[in-house]
Amino acid sequence: MTSIRLLALAATAALTMGSAISALQAQELRIGLSAEPSSIDPHYHNLSPNNMLSRQVFETLVGQNEKQALEPSLAESWKTLDDNTWEFKLRRGVKFFDGSDFTADDVLATFKRLPAVPRSPSSFAPFIAGQTIEKVDSHTIRIKTTAPAPLVPTSLSTFGIVSKACAETLSTEDFNALKCQGGTGPFKYSEFRPGDRVVMERNNAYWGKKPDWEKVSFRFLTAAPTRVAAILAGDVDVIEGVPPSDMARLKSNANLSVVEELSNRVIYFHLDHFRETSPFITAKDGSPIKNPLRDLRVRQALSMALNRQAIVDRIMEGQAVPAEQVLPSSFFGTSQTLKPTPFDLAGARKLLADAGFPNGFKMKMHGPNGRYTNDTKILEAAAQMYTRLGIDIEIETIPPANFFTRASQGANGDPEFSFILVGWGAGTGETSGSLQALVGTFDRTRGWGAANRGRYSNKAMDEVLTEALRTVDNTKRAALLARASELSMNDLGIIPSHYQTNVWASRKGIKVTARADEYTLATGITR
Amino acid sequence: MLAFIIRRIGQAMLVIGVMVVIVFFGVNVIGDPVWMLISPEMDQSAVEATKIALGLDKPIWEQFIYFVGNALQGDMGRSFVHGEPAIKLILSRMPATMELALVALFMAILIGMPLGVYAGLKPETRLAKGIMAVSILGFSLPTFWVGLMLIMFFSIMLGWLPATGRGDTVRVLGIETSLLSLNGWTYIALPALNLALLKISLVIRLARAGVREAALMDYVKFARAKGLSQRRIVGVHILKNIMIPIVTVLGLEFGSLVAFSVVTETIFAWPGMGKLLLEAIQRLDRPVIVAYVMVVVVLFVVINLVVDVLYSVLDPRVRLTEAKA
Amino acid sequence: MTDTPISPAMLAGAATPVPKEETPFTRFRKGFFEDKVAVAGLILFSIIVALALLAPLITPQNPYDLRSVDLMDSRLKPGSVAGEGFTTWLGTDGVGRDLYSGILYGLRISLMVGFLSGLIAASIGMAVGLIAAYAGGRVETILMRIVDLQLSLPAVLIALILVAALGKGVDKIIFALVVVQWAYYARTVRGNALVERRKEYVEAAQSLGLSNARVVFRHIMPNCLAPVIVIVTVQTAHAIALEATLSFLGVGLPQTEPSLGVLIANGFQYMLSGSYWISFFPGLALLLTIVSINLMGDRIRDVLNPRLEK
Repeated sequence: MTSIRLLALAATAALTMGSAISALQAQELRIGLSAEPSSIDPHYHNLSPNNMLSRQVFETLVGQNEKQALEPSLAESWKTLDDNTWEFKLRRGVKFFDGSDFTADDVLATFKRLPAVPRSPSSFAPFIAGQTIEKVDSHTIRIKTTAPAPLVPTSLSTFGIVSKACAETLSTEDFNALKCQGGTGPFKYSEFRPGDRVVMERNNAYWGKKPDWEKVSFRFLTAAPTRVAAILAGDVDVIEGVPPSDMARLKSNANLSVVEELSNRVIYFHLDHFRETSPFITAKDGSPIKNPLRDLRVRQALSMALNRQAIVDRIMEGQAVPAEQVLPSSFFGTSQTLKPTPFDLAGARKLLADAGFPNGFKMKMHGPNGRYTNDTKILEAAAQMYTRLGIDIEIETIPPANFFTRASQGANGDPEFSFILVGWGAGTGETSGSLQALVGTFDRTRGWGAANRGRYSNKAMDEVLTEALRTVDNTKRAALLARASELSMNDLGIIPSHYQTNVWASRKGIKVTARADEYTLATGITR
Repeated sequence: MLAFIIRRIGQAMLVIGVMVVIVFFGVNVIGDPVWMLISPEMDQSAVEATKIALGLDKPIWEQFIYFVGNALQGDMGRSFVHGEPAIKLILSRMPATMELALVALFMAILIGMPLGVYAGLKPETRLAKGIMAVSILGFSLPTFWVGLMLIMFFSIMLGWLPATGRGDTVRVLGIETSLLSLNGWTYIALPALNLALLKISLVIRLARAGVREAALMDYVKFARAKGLSQRRIVGVHILKNIMIPIVTVLGLEFGSLVAFSVVTETIFAWPGMGKLLLEAIQRLDRPVIVAYVMVVVVLFVVINLVVDVLYSVLDPRVRLTEAKA
Repeated sequence: MTDTPISPAMLAGAATPVPKEETPFTRFRKGFFEDKVAVAGLILFSIIVALALLAPLITPQNPYDLRSVDLMDSRLKPGSVAGEGFTTWLGTDGVGRDLYSGILYGLRISLMVGFLSGLIAASIGMAVGLIAAYAGGRVETILMRIVDLQLSLPAVLIALILVAALGKGVDKIIFALVVVQWAYYARTVRGNALVERRKEYVEAAQSLGLSNARVVFRHIMPNCLAPVIVIVTVQTAHAIALEATLSFLGVGLPQTEPSLGVLIANGFQYMLSGSYWISFFPGLALLLTIVSINLMGDRIRDVLNPRLEK
């Protein structure tokens, strides 16, 4: 009987919810996130949702603005003393949540903790590899590197600083249990319910501009339709990762506003550059042929036959821009002269014929299923386009876990596939990392070509990039990186398809600062 | 009785053993979790470092021996993704799932019983036939599809109930529950209804069959002859007699509710252990999958055992010796 | 995927005994056709199967031949005319595939998975049930223990964990569905076989010196078929729904073998955007298929074995 009464109560409550919610809303911001953090320990896992949340609680020395340009954060300024030494002046008067002062000792303790987090699935240690840190005074540190390292400030923008007390005594589990009071950010964690939400409260002693919200709850709504349903139903105030299919509907809704920003993520095709015969390419009758992808004309044909605008319009529904290199040209180190290859089927057919394949060949393309926005559909669309070029295409989409294992080291430790769809987000906001990982010659010892799943190799590009990585002067480095981009893209080391745009939707009256790095920061959301 | 319980536990250990071996080696064949964990910007040496940190650099049989050794000491391993003990992760999500399954169970009884009793009492009426047709539909509707429709209708078109997630929770006796706040009930209503749907059909059918059978029994005829009101006959005599089998069946069905919550939790973003399992499967988080199998099998064995023991207590004709069909 | 021992005798057994003994079959037929709802189910189901079988002949497009699909046709409303000139009565999906064609091809896969897994499970289950009943003793105890254990765990859970460990693919999902189904058959067949074994004709056959295999498969088995048929209908509906659920959760069939479940999952993202048809029609097709089977199953159960009614 009591249950019946409770149910009845629930039903009436449901009807009155609407008004109750808007009353609560005054100070609380509710955000629907597209991915869940694996932990709220800022140093446990170098994973986008983890970094995004922890950035608001544990600030970095160097910040990244919404376009991913570097800006002062806990470090007020920095400069090079010589090619191998960087000096950072730390901000004075900053206090941790527990009231203690932020000093160089905390930075040193954080540096010590990074490589020492047990069972870290993706450590931050590589960011500080080859760096030695020294304390000059309580608010000055110096970082020495073995070789000229222009990217030191960028690498310091990737991880947050925790107080010495937290760094030396607390485990990941302690962080998850909210035991660390050693952050300096505009918010502090007040609740962590894995699978459900993270709640933050305003840090009223924050040194910078205080955010508009007393309380922010980030809810994990990983399925896109679920997220859209939540904002339509008024369960949340802001959602990130608006799926292309729902753009039109959300834009036309008078109670919502939508903002977008070009992202640092490029979707591209990687091709087998290293095998004489490629495992998934044969003649149309199934007999083995020489790997056609090693011929530049074939690669050009494939790039020309790819109707990028159609993918952008029909599949991404406008949430993308045709791509010509590894990052949009507004980012640091990009080429300003490269342009997306225009769609030209006749030209592509001619090139293919010139290369000795007038009748095409047979190829199987692979891609992950559910890793990037509309990945399966993009692969299907590309397959349609290549079929029209005269190539017999088969496609296979594979769950991400399996796909990346096989694409990276499937066949005897080498990449398994011939032609794959992949995506790449440049967390650092400039091109050197992308070029090094995607088109740099694979070299285990140097750490190059980590994601070069086509084993593309271009000695000229390698040299320019190596030079760029040693050049501390920003203008010179940008020019060198642009040159490296042109060398690898004109040779079609990869075939870029499009850059994604990041889209947020919010209730009318709530303003979201769109960011290139896909982060949803409560500090960037205002009324 | 004791021998019976011990045998049951032995069987459960066997099931757990078989499932764990399948999962342990199967997941390993599907892919290497490192690629799901590592930040794509990292180079080969970082990949190696992660493998070593998680013990994935060793051959699979060595990992298995290591796992069995630890498991025998009560350590089921830590999640590759979250770094916390896998059992702890699952247990922390268990209250949400249990809450959902329980509410679904009560919904099934509250909605299914009246409909089933009516259909049993007046089987020839249009309404009764309609109820039975709907119950076939209830068996046939795929849960996930209904979930989507519920969200479309109640959350978006009508805007009555929140679409996703769990409401505010309160800690009672060390267990988090969202059932003590109105806000919590608004959140649980739709997912619980979604989960209850299959069981509502089941209850309708059980109740209808029970009522039809009971109506022919001597005690009911006797009660009628005594001139008791229909209301009293149904409310007291018939209901009392059909409740026991229904409750027993539902007790056993509770397990299937827990299992099906995987689907419902995924659609409604309900933070239970089913959603955790699905995420673990997608990310190849082997320790969590293995621990889930263990926890759930134990849970089932306990439920079945309790039902069997209760049944033997209620009905002395049932002997807990050999389960001969 | 193991090769299942479907002996010719078993298949013959499924067909022969029914017409041989005129009385039960005609009684069954009469009983079944008496119920209008069941007949409606049968008609609906026959239409669905016919559509699926004839798909290549009656669809305007082979949805998996990339040459015939055009991206420019994506998300057309039901009734629009596609670039190739045909009318898409149910609209097109996100890459321009005609949904009517897609659904019929998807039905083929869904039905194939449902039937094949049911057939294999029934064969294994019957074999196990017969062996248990005929052999008795330790063999019976062990086999039935396994059956009980299997039945104590919910199908969706076992299937989910199996596909998690096996990966995607038609063969894998059929394997998982067989594993979750066979025990139902084994339990029922054993129960019936135990009854049959005590009957005189078995004794007679044994005294004639017929081999055990012959007695079991030619004489006992045909008499256990009625309940098997009941379970086949119920389980096929279950298997189809279960496959759709797993595919929806992303652990069932891959995109390259799109069953109805995969189609619904693909359309899921368009649910709220107004392109409702992309997941609505596959959902409707799935629903009609399952309902039609259940309508028949309900009646078959009543006719063949009234005691089985819950």
